[in-house]
Amino acid sequence: MTQTSTLARGGADTSAPSRRSRKRTRRSGLSPKAVPYVLLLPGFLVIAVLLLYPMYQMVEMSFHKVGLRQIKAINPAPAEFVGLDNYESVLGSPLFWSSLRNTVIFALVTVALTLVLGTLVGVLLNKLGRKMSTFVVVGIMAAWATPPTAQAIVWKWLFDSDAGVANWMLNLLPDWLSQLLFGRSDWSGQPWFNDTSTLYFVLIVAVVWASFPFIAVSVLAGLKSIPSELYEAAKMDGSSAVSTFRRITFPLLKPVFSVLVVLSIIWDFKVFTQLYLLAGGTTNRDAFNLSLWSYAEAFGGSAPKLGLGAAIAVVLTVILLLITLVYVRQIVKTEDDIR
Amino acid sequence: MSPLTRNKPGRVPPNAPRVVVLLFAVLPVRWRITPFKPWLARVSLNAAGVAVFLFAVFPVYWMVATAFKPNDQIFTTSFIPFPSPPSMDHVQRVFTKGVGELPIWQYLLNSAIVALSAVVLGAVFALLAATAVARFRFRFRTSFLILLLIVQMVPAEALLIPLFTMVKRIGLYDQLLGLIVINVGLTLPFSVWMLRTFVAAVPKELEEASWIDGAGRFTTFWRVLFPLVAPGLVATSIFAFITTWNEFVFALTLINDQGKYTMPVALKFFVGQRSTDWGGIMAASTLMTIPVLVFFLLVQRRMVSGLVAGAVKG
Repeated sequence: MTQTSTLARGGADTSAPSRRSRKRTRRSGLSPKAVPYVLLLPGFLVIAVLLLYPMYQMVEMSFHKVGLRQIKAINPAPAEFVGLDNYESVLGSPLFWSSLRNTVIFALVTVALTLVLGTLVGVLLNKLGRKMSTFVVVGIMAAWATPPTAQAIVWKWLFDSDAGVANWMLNLLPDWLSQLLFGRSDWSGQPWFNDTSTLYFVLIVAVVWASFPFIAVSVLAGLKSIPSELYEAAKMDGSSAVSTFRRITFPLLKPVFSVLVVLSIIWDFKVFTQLYLLAGGTTNRDAFNLSLWSYAEAFGGSAPKLGLGAAIAVVLTVILLLITLVYVRQIVKTEDDIR
Repeated sequence: MSPLTRNKPGRVPPNAPRVVVLLFAVLPVRWRITPFKPWLARVSLNAAGVAVFLFAVFPVYWMVATAFKPNDQIFTTSFIPFPSPPSMDHVQRVFTKGVGELPIWQYLLNSAIVALSAVVLGAVFALLAATAVARFRFRFRTSFLILLLIVQMVPAEALLIPLFTMVKRIGLYDQLLGLIVINVGLTLPFSVWMLRTFVAAVPKELEEASWIDGAGRFTTFWRVLFPLVAPGLVATSIFAFITTWNEFVFALTLINDQGKYTMPVALKFFVGQRSTDWGGIMAASTLMTIPVLVFFLLVQRRMVSGLVAGAVKG
């Protein structure tokens, strides 16, 4: 690969081309050792100011009481240090447990469904002919490309109580089957967004719908990267389909899967836009997940509690960073270019 | 696939369940070899492909279809697959009367301003940083790359509260500029991460040749590296554009003036304000989705390789 060869040759700070580097110095007056730092500086500053400093500030705010008076543009009042009070009220709140439950259950179910569906579709794409495969890929692109806002709105419309397609389809089921599966046969006017469990059901469908294409296309890319010689050799040795999958396909796709699992967990843990829109804002406290709860405390009411919101965000971030560590380890392991 | 296909005719697989043994005794030999005939397998695979296609496309289709249906075909409990005849009423209304008494042009324009500015700014920073990590080895290089990975995972809601106070303090609240700056920050880590592979793929010999011919550092960068990285830069920028175009929570929190809403917030406002005007809502959603869909098809392949990083090796 070009990447590795470039690296093997080293960058400007290797000792070999000393004559050339002297030339460079003369031309631009910048020591070659300083070049990468100069190039990196603007980007690093942006990240530091817009991502790192706010993270530090978030932790700091979580120990303070921050309200409207503290965030005024003109001479804001100093924030009062309250120690662990915010965390105590987070952990003591019944909302914490309900939103943690919503977050975790939603993430587990969605990640599992997304991965299973995505993998199946990826395998299917690999088996389909070229034209059919392109056709399906373009189709699933449509789902993937739909902006989260539009996703939520479209699914809200599909599950509309009166004119939604979902209720119409459920009404199509033979009465006995509907009765057997759901204990009812008439779905006309069934509201989906009043009750937390049905709301989350729609949310899961919407998020799985939007995120399985990414898994499918990644799995397809992974499958395509496995050299066909391996399969031919396995066939020669009389390996069965199951053991070919277990011994060749799965081990070679394992790094892909672990990255996909972690990415999916992270994305589904912090789902916000779709939930916000499906739940219709921050009024339905029962439907909160950690993201939405944090937002609701900080911006939802007339008396914003930014410190409390920050404390919730810290809890969520800590959970996510723990999961991220697994991801980073995997990437560092597989990406020879990073070290 | 059935395990039966893998076996020689007439031989019962070891440890086969009783049913299978029984089937082997009963079925004619020819069937045992190919219980699934090839054409049957092909047809069922293609049928599954069509099913996946329909599941993925139907909601998007339904959005577009609803946008073009007259109201009496929207608010009905029966299923009307196509708008017949298609009506331009909703699209027209969204463009003229619009959302909250402002034509939708305003929001599309705001979104375009924010997304394009953030992309152009971000591209400059990303290109410089990507060149640094792809072309040079230096202390903190690994740390910087790992930092890029980690900051991408921090939930936006976590940054929202401190950035909100920061933006308020420096007087950028309720201004598109504030949104632009924040979107540069949000998209930069991924842009650098994605772009660095494109920079690394440009053969170093070209730059060295340019050195030997006496070109300066800047000339080499601008005349040799930049044209070769340009396609990658376009792909990265398109990704950043999509992210910024779709960004919801910051636009929701940092903008108060309705005339400065971006599309996602305008849609949310629309839904809240006229929750029963599904035709108009779907017309607006369609308008918002079109640019993303077009861009998406252009860069789809590269996005996968960027996201899964080194895990998928081509």
